[in-house]
Amino acid sequence: MTKLFATTALLTAMAMPAWAVQPAEGETLAENQTYTYWLLDAIKSLDPAKNTDVEGSDALRSLFEGLMIQDAQGEMIPGMAETFEASEDGLTYTFNLREANWSNGDPVTADDFVYAWQRVATPETASEYAWYLELMNIENATQIIAGEMEPDQLGVTALDDRTLQVRLTTPTPYFIKTLSHTTTYPIPRAVVEELGDAWVQPGNIVGNGAYTLASHNLGVEIVFQKNPEYWDAENVLMETVRGVTVNDNNVALTRYQAGELDRVQIPAGQFPRLSEEFPEAAVSVPNGCSYAYIFNLSEKGPEVLKDARVREAMALSLNREVIVDQVLQGGQEPAYSWTHWAIDGFSAPEGGMKDMPMEARMARATELLAEAGYGPDNPVRIQLQYNTDDSHRLLAIAAQQFWRPLGIEIELNNVEWAVHTDRLQNQDFEMARYAWCADYDEATTFLDWFRTTGYNSGKWSNEEYDKLLVDARTAEDTAPLYSRAEEILAEENPAVFVYHYADVDMINPAIKGLPRENLLNTWYAKDLYRVAE
Amino acid sequence: MVIDQSKMQSLSDRFVEAEVKGRSPWADARKRFFRNKAAMLGLMILVLVSLFAIFGGYVAQWSNEELDFSVMGQVAQMGQPSLENGHFFGTDNLGRDLYARVVQGTRISLMVGVVGAAIAVIVGTLYGATAGYVGGRTDQIMMRTVDILMSIPYMFVLILLLVMFGRSMSMLFLGIGLISWLDMSRIVRGQTLSLKNREFIEAARATGVSSFRIIIRHIVPNLLGVVAVYATLLVPLMILTESFISFLGLGVQEPLTSWGALISEGAGTMNYGTLWQLAFPLFFFVITLFGFFFVGDGLRDALDPKER
Amino acid sequence: MFAFILRRLAVAIPTLLLLIVFSFVLMQMAPGGPFTGERALPPAVLANLEAQYGLNDPLWLQIWNYLVNVVVHFDFGPSFVYPDRTVNQLIANGFPVTLTYGGLSFIAAVVMGVALGVVAAIWHNSWIDYLAVGISIGAQVLPNFVMAPLLVLVFTLWYGLLPGGGWSFSNPSFWIMPVIALSTSYMASIARITRSSMLEVLGSNHIRTARAKGMPEHRVIIRHALKPAMLPVISYLGPVFVSMITGSVVIDIYFSTGGIGKAFVDSALNRDYAVMMGVTILVGALTILFNLIVDVLYAWIDPKIRY
Repeated sequence: MTKLFATTALLTAMAMPAWAVQPAEGETLAENQTYTYWLLDAIKSLDPAKNTDVEGSDALRSLFEGLMIQDAQGEMIPGMAETFEASEDGLTYTFNLREANWSNGDPVTADDFVYAWQRVATPETASEYAWYLELMNIENATQIIAGEMEPDQLGVTALDDRTLQVRLTTPTPYFIKTLSHTTTYPIPRAVVEELGDAWVQPGNIVGNGAYTLASHNLGVEIVFQKNPEYWDAENVLMETVRGVTVNDNNVALTRYQAGELDRVQIPAGQFPRLSEEFPEAAVSVPNGCSYAYIFNLSEKGPEVLKDARVREAMALSLNREVIVDQVLQGGQEPAYSWTHWAIDGFSAPEGGMKDMPMEARMARATELLAEAGYGPDNPVRIQLQYNTDDSHRLLAIAAQQFWRPLGIEIELNNVEWAVHTDRLQNQDFEMARYAWCADYDEATTFLDWFRTTGYNSGKWSNEEYDKLLVDARTAEDTAPLYSRAEEILAEENPAVFVYHYADVDMINPAIKGLPRENLLNTWYAKDLYRVAE
Repeated sequence: MVIDQSKMQSLSDRFVEAEVKGRSPWADARKRFFRNKAAMLGLMILVLVSLFAIFGGYVAQWSNEELDFSVMGQVAQMGQPSLENGHFFGTDNLGRDLYARVVQGTRISLMVGVVGAAIAVIVGTLYGATAGYVGGRTDQIMMRTVDILMSIPYMFVLILLLVMFGRSMSMLFLGIGLISWLDMSRIVRGQTLSLKNREFIEAARATGVSSFRIIIRHIVPNLLGVVAVYATLLVPLMILTESFISFLGLGVQEPLTSWGALISEGAGTMNYGTLWQLAFPLFFFVITLFGFFFVGDGLRDALDPKER
Repeated sequence: MFAFILRRLAVAIPTLLLLIVFSFVLMQMAPGGPFTGERALPPAVLANLEAQYGLNDPLWLQIWNYLVNVVVHFDFGPSFVYPDRTVNQLIANGFPVTLTYGGLSFIAAVVMGVALGVVAAIWHNSWIDYLAVGISIGAQVLPNFVMAPLLVLVFTLWYGLLPGGGWSFSNPSFWIMPVIALSTSYMASIARITRSSMLEVLGSNHIRTARAKGMPEHRVIIRHALKPAMLPVISYLGPVFVSMITGSVVIDIYFSTGGIGKAFVDSALNRDYAVMMGVTILVGALTILFNLIVDVLYAWIDPKIRY
């Protein structure tokens, strides 16, 4: 369906009705419409231009609304944009905005979007997510971020108060899917210009979302109240939403059990027990992230890893099923591809090691290592770097034990987060734990990572692979291209793919409306309601 | 958790005084020490824990890093302490043998404690003795420096050091050791000041012995009582500090472990039906700290009896 | 005395300067920066960020600018990781919380510890003594990262008496568990010190004299024994205060109190240079101040000491 927008559509007008949650028959709403969810840490920023993390995004989705929002399945549905049209060449999009107000009563205009996007691109804003505009391929974004052009050259224009035009540098099949991201949210120009950086502080912040900020005690709790000015306020049932910070996952679970929280992540290994005890509350749904051990194939990387046979042997012999079923135990899926299995329109290549029995894989791995001149008598020695975290630690230890019998000796190197990422970016590692999460529900969000010019910390490079991804931008049917790209990854093994994430949560059964089929786990507080027990 | 400085001062005074009267404070101390039941209990505990650390590994049926696949994934049901499958203390969350891990953690923790205390005592003694013996402006500057260092939040600096240099055993020893030499240096300086005008020191100086040799040969041996007591009482503090560092995730590298790391892992899962993961390491941790406190207090009381 | 205080304050300034420069250099030498993350930032974006925070100036200039801002404007700069807030705001938010539960823990530890120690000394070698010693030794070695989750389990989940975390200045039920978890081990140490020094004082000549004169026992203890017995306790208070601030990390993590202990550890791990510097300076200044107060108190109680 993505291709529709990019290539064939002369004029695609969206006229779907807004999706609103209604209590099912037989459900009675509770008196107290409050939802309390768990935050691992303090929310770092409420400024759409400066937010960088998931928890901040969850909060921003309550306070603001972008051009598009997602329904329970993750499909794009109209948010601030009532309808839109794409030009034939796929380079120009025109959005017709709905009539809506900011929480201070002012109307939301196309200019607020223009202002917000220009602000993201402006170097002085120092937005860490400025690259997102480049991902969207908006005209001149790259030059503005580099300080080579003025922000008003950005390819976004307000044709009138309610019409917004966006110009792209290249046809971008996933463009519409990028529009529910917090970086693209409008901000109230008048308020920001008046208050400067202080506009995001409690008491000042003005949004166009279903909720307003009632209070924010950093690192303790954040409280949202229903916004009567929201355009669809009559369909919003949940009155109060609270995000409560608990820095320790185990204590958070205790507090969930004490009834203080409605939703909490289940610590590694506890899902089987809890789902037996609380089958209605323990939930595991796919989450669009993949976990891998990346090999450093750059000049700084160890020689032994440049031997493809060694890499293949390591990929073959890592027992992902045991890791998923006995260590993580939360409904995660073993990974044999970089792209998450549940990504829209993606099908993993057939065959390969996925279908081989474990004994055959081990035998093949031993063979490959022997060919390369290694074995238990002459072990391969590699350092595995991972950042401080319980589940990374458990996985690294398990991996070390899986590889040892074959003659692969892993030295574990646990470093803290800032060091880990710094070394990844400078290729100062041999093998490193890494995870990537989808920005949008399409395979390129993963596959782009391994492009020669992608993030690609291990500096693997393959011409055919790069070309496939360029071709995919304009192709009618991308699925075979993506599938082929994954085949190349499986042949070359620039990394050992370990598992695809799942979100494993305890959710109070009285809370309804949390999406369970949305791969990015994007949820909107406005869709929730609490039923009487 | 800090050492009672006034008692250390009193002990140090006593040693100087004893010198004057010409009788060694060690003479009756041993008898008093062996009469002290708590101290003897503490000593026994320490001996047993040390034996456990040294020889415990020979009894282990598993290494401290191999995974027991028959237990993995169902630790709460299958991983409890059992003689049958060789997991005397049960297993950790990954199915690793907790007995072997406790043995190995005991080694690390004791080592950190002893080496850290040794570093603190050596640095503190040498620094204090030098300042006190040399005297004058050097003494002034050296002790002013100690004053300044006293007001640095050390735990903060230690965290910074571990963050900066990455976690390594030597950094941990050094960082922990360098936290607590300041009090030691003050006491030693005071004692050196009173010692330095004694006849035997003056005699040595007159025969042309170098200052360094005098400090090492004549001053330091006279400080032995204070040093011994101080070191014994420092060890548990070092162990506690290490456990805090491990809790912050800045401790030793896997597959190595320490009491702090084991306890903080066990504390996380205490409500999940795997209480042994907390109980065993905590037990060794607690009794060892008791042991050091009892022995340290006992030593001090033996060397500095109140009813003199 | 006045001259002594002045002299100590004069030493405080170079001490703080030294601390600032040392931490600044150490922090900047550490690998990684505040903006390294799962995804490497494009060079242009990184350059914009570094320019914004002045990170591409030479180190000495950064330190100089920082000192000028702190000393002249009392401005600790913007947080790198919490871009919505300045360091001044973060400290103004977190410090009163730490101060509240830290202060209460301090008072609880001193009052309960001294009481326990005195009682144990008076009824020396009775069951009260043994009980007090037993409690204090046990409490002294139980790490608070074991105690804190245990408290939540017992008081929140099993008995439902107290909120499992969070903070409110108007609702003391949020304060109870942090204070218990933070004060217990110090209470135990203070009890042990009080007990042994009280025993020593009670055995001393001037107490024997007082008793011989027929003074009632409670007057002997309150009038004559308590004050000298407090001396070792007082010299112990400075270190207690400092380790309480350090220990507040554990409290902040388990009880989500939003204090500065966690802010410090996070800032060191996230390379949030400005917050880390701000908290270090604050704690350093407090340490100096508190040591000074303790010394003054000591001199006031002990007439033998002259400064």
